[in-house]
Amino acid sequence: MSTLTESFATAGALVIQADPQLLGIVALSLKVSLTAVFLASCLGLPIGAAVAVGRFPGRRSLTVILNGLMGLPPVVVGLLVYLLLSRAGPLGAMGLLFTPTAMVIAQVVLITPIIAALSRQIVADAWREYEEQLRSLGASTPRAAFTLLLDTRFSLSTAVLAGLGRAVAEVGAVMIVGGNIDGVTRVMTTTIALETSKGDLPLALALGFILISIVLILNALAHAVREWAVRRYG
Amino acid sequence: MDLIRRSVVISAAAFALTLASPLTQAADRFITVSSTTSTEQSGLFKHLLPVFEAKTGIQVRVVALGTGQALDMARRGDADVVFVHDKAAEEKFIGEGFGVKRQEVMYNDFILVGPKSDPAKVAGGKDITEALKTIQTAQAPFVSRGDKSGTHAAELRLWKVAGIDLDAVKGPWYRDTGSGMGPALNTAASMNAYILADRGTWLSFKNRGDLTVAVEGDKRLFNQYGVILVNPEKHPHVKKVDGQAFIDWVVSAEGQKAIADYKIDGQQLFFPNAAK
Amino acid sequence: MADALLALESLRFDAGGRTLIDSVSARILAGRRTVILGPNGAGKSVLMRLMHGLIEPTAGRVAWADCTTPVQAMVFQRPVMLRRSVLDNLIYALSLAGVTHVERTTRALDVLHRVGLAHLASRPARVLSGGEQQRVALARAWVLRPQVLFLDEPTASLDPGSSAEVERLIGVIAAEGCSIVMVTHNLGQARRLADDILFVADGRITEHTPVADFFAAPRSAQAEHYIRGELSWT
Repeated sequence: MSTLTESFATAGALVIQADPQLLGIVALSLKVSLTAVFLASCLGLPIGAAVAVGRFPGRRSLTVILNGLMGLPPVVVGLLVYLLLSRAGPLGAMGLLFTPTAMVIAQVVLITPIIAALSRQIVADAWREYEEQLRSLGASTPRAAFTLLLDTRFSLSTAVLAGLGRAVAEVGAVMIVGGNIDGVTRVMTTTIALETSKGDLPLALALGFILISIVLILNALAHAVREWAVRRYG
Repeated sequence: MDLIRRSVVISAAAFALTLASPLTQAADRFITVSSTTSTEQSGLFKHLLPVFEAKTGIQVRVVALGTGQALDMARRGDADVVFVHDKAAEEKFIGEGFGVKRQEVMYNDFILVGPKSDPAKVAGGKDITEALKTIQTAQAPFVSRGDKSGTHAAELRLWKVAGIDLDAVKGPWYRDTGSGMGPALNTAASMNAYILADRGTWLSFKNRGDLTVAVEGDKRLFNQYGVILVNPEKHPHVKKVDGQAFIDWVVSAEGQKAIADYKIDGQQLFFPNAAK
Repeated sequence: MADALLALESLRFDAGGRTLIDSVSARILAGRRTVILGPNGAGKSVLMRLMHGLIEPTAGRVAWADCTTPVQAMVFQRPVMLRRSVLDNLIYALSLAGVTHVERTTRALDVLHRVGLAHLASRPARVLSGGEQQRVALARAWVLRPQVLFLDEPTASLDPGSSAEVERLIGVIAAEGCSIVMVTHNLGQARRLADDILFVADGRITEHTPVADFFAAPRSAQAEHYIRGELSWT
C-alpha cells in the first residue's frame, strides 16, 4: 500500500513540476499513437465499410479473419515489423529501424484490424436500416459505403478510440522496433517497463497513473463530443 | 455537401498537423550503439553521452539488449558500434568478420547477491566457486538470467570453473528466468534467492527487498567491457567515421575520465582500463 | 385509354425455399394511381420491390414501356433520414441523380417550400417528428422529378393529421403526371387515392380493376372477404 501512496505522490509531483523529460516522453507517446490511429483509421474505416456493404466471395471468412486479427499480440507485430525494417530485411535500406516512424508503422499494423473489425460491425448494422433507401436512390456500393461511414461517424468514434487505447497502452511492439532509445524512441509504456526492471517501482507506477489519466481524459473528451453530437444531430 | 466538406477539412487539418510536427528532432548526425541492459540501467550512458555529444555534435542512440542480442543486432547491421562485456563472444564476433577491432574500455565486477537470511551460509566469503558449490549442494534457490547476456555467460563460466555440470544438477532450486538484470533482480528479491549481478545495476537497483551482497572481490568476478566498430565491409551503410570517433573518444583520456567520474552515492561503478 | 407504363411478364420470385411471387403478369398504366391491396404475406411489398428493381426476379421480367427505365423513387413505411440537415438529405438524392451543384440547392429548397417544410431546411433531419420525416422522404423522392413513385404503406406509422397531409401531397405529385404505385392496408385511403386496384393474394394477382369496380363488385371471394374484414376495422 505504501508503494501506492508513494506513487500517487510521485505522479502528482512529476505533473506539477512539469518535468521536461516526462513531458517529452508523454508528447512522443501521443504523437506516435495519434499518428498511428489516424493512419489506421484511413485504412481501417474504408476496409470495414467495404466488407460490411460489399458482396464478394470470401466475405464471411474475411470478417472472421478481421475479428481474429484484433487479438494480434503486440510483441509478435513488433517482431514482424523489426524483421521487415532491419538492415538484414527487405526494407532495411530505408533506415527506419529504431525511429518513431518504425513505432508508428508497427502500431498501424496492430490497430488497423481493430478499427476495421469494429467499423465493419457498426456499418453492417446501419446498412440493415439504410440499404433499401440508398439502393432506391441509386447509390452505388462504394458510394453507399462512404455515405454510411459519414452517417455512423459518431459510433465510429468509439471504434477509433478503442484503437487509440490499444496503441497508447501497448509496449511489446514499440519496444522492439523502437529500441527504447533515451530521448528518441522512449515512450510512456517503455519507460514504465524500464523503471520496473530497474526496480524503481514507485516511479513506474507513477508513470502508469499518468498514462491512465491521459487515456481517461481522451475518452472523456470523446464522450462529451458524442453527447453533444447526439443532441445536435439525432 | 457541407457535411462532407467539413469532414474533409478536419481530416486534412489533422493530417497536416501530424506531418508538420516532426516525430524526431532533425538529428543529422547520429550513430546507433548496441549495448547491454545492465550498462544502460546503471545510468552510465546518461552521464557519459552528453559529454561526447557536446564535443562532437554526434548524437549517440543506445539500444540496450542482452549481450547476445546486442551482438546479433550488429551482425544484422542494425548497429554501428557494439559496447558489451563478454570477451569470448566479442572475439567470436570479430572472428566471424562482423567487427573490425576489439578495444578494452572499462571493467566492473560481478557480485553474488543473496537473502540476508543466507540459507546456504555463504555470506562474507571470498571464493565464488566455493560459494556456488555450497549453494548447489544446499539446493538454495538461485536465479539465473538465462538470456545469452554477458552476465549469464559469466555465470555459466563460473559454474564450470567450480566443476559443476549444471545440466546434471539442475532442479527446482535453479530458476532460469530468461530476463534482463533488473527483472532478474526483481525476481530474486521476491523469491529470496541468490543471484549473480553486476555491481553497476546493483548499486542503482531500488527494489532490493531482503537481498544483500554475499560474496565479492574474487578476481574471477572481473567483468571486462569491450567496444567494437561494426565492419563496414560487411555492412557498407555503417557510419564508420562517426562510429570510430565515438570509440576513439571513449578510450581517450577525456572519455576514460568521464567514465571514472560516474558515481552513485559516492561509489564509482566502472573502472576505465583502455590500453594507453 | 392511358398508355402502358410497365409490363410484368410471368414474374416469379423465390426466397428461402418458398415461392413468394408466382407467375405474375400485368400491365400497369401510365399516369394512373395504382394501389396494391391484399392480405398480409400476400407478396405486395415483394411485388413492388420487383417493379422498382430493388430485387431481381427468379424468372420472368419487368419490362418498362419506353425501353429505357424511367426516373423512379420510393418512399418506405419508415422514413430513413441521413444524419444531416433536411436540405442536405434532398441535396444528397440530387447528387446521386447527377444534378449539378448549382441546381441542387435551388431545386431542393423549391420542393421543401411546396411540402411546407422550408422552415426546417437546416434542422437535422433525425430530430424531426415521424410525420415531418415522412414528408421529407416524400420531398426527397419528389425532388428527383420521378415518372413513377412507389410508396410502401407510407402512412402506416403516422397520426391522422400527418396521414392526411401525405395523402394530399401524393395527390399533388400525381396531378403533375407522375404515375403512382402504392401499397396500403387502409381501405379508406385506397378509395380516396386509387384509380386502379391490384389485388394480390398468395403471390398472385387475382384482380386488376378500376377502383370503383373493385369495391362495388369484387370478382373473387378472397377480395370480398378482404374488403369486409378490413372494413370492420376502418
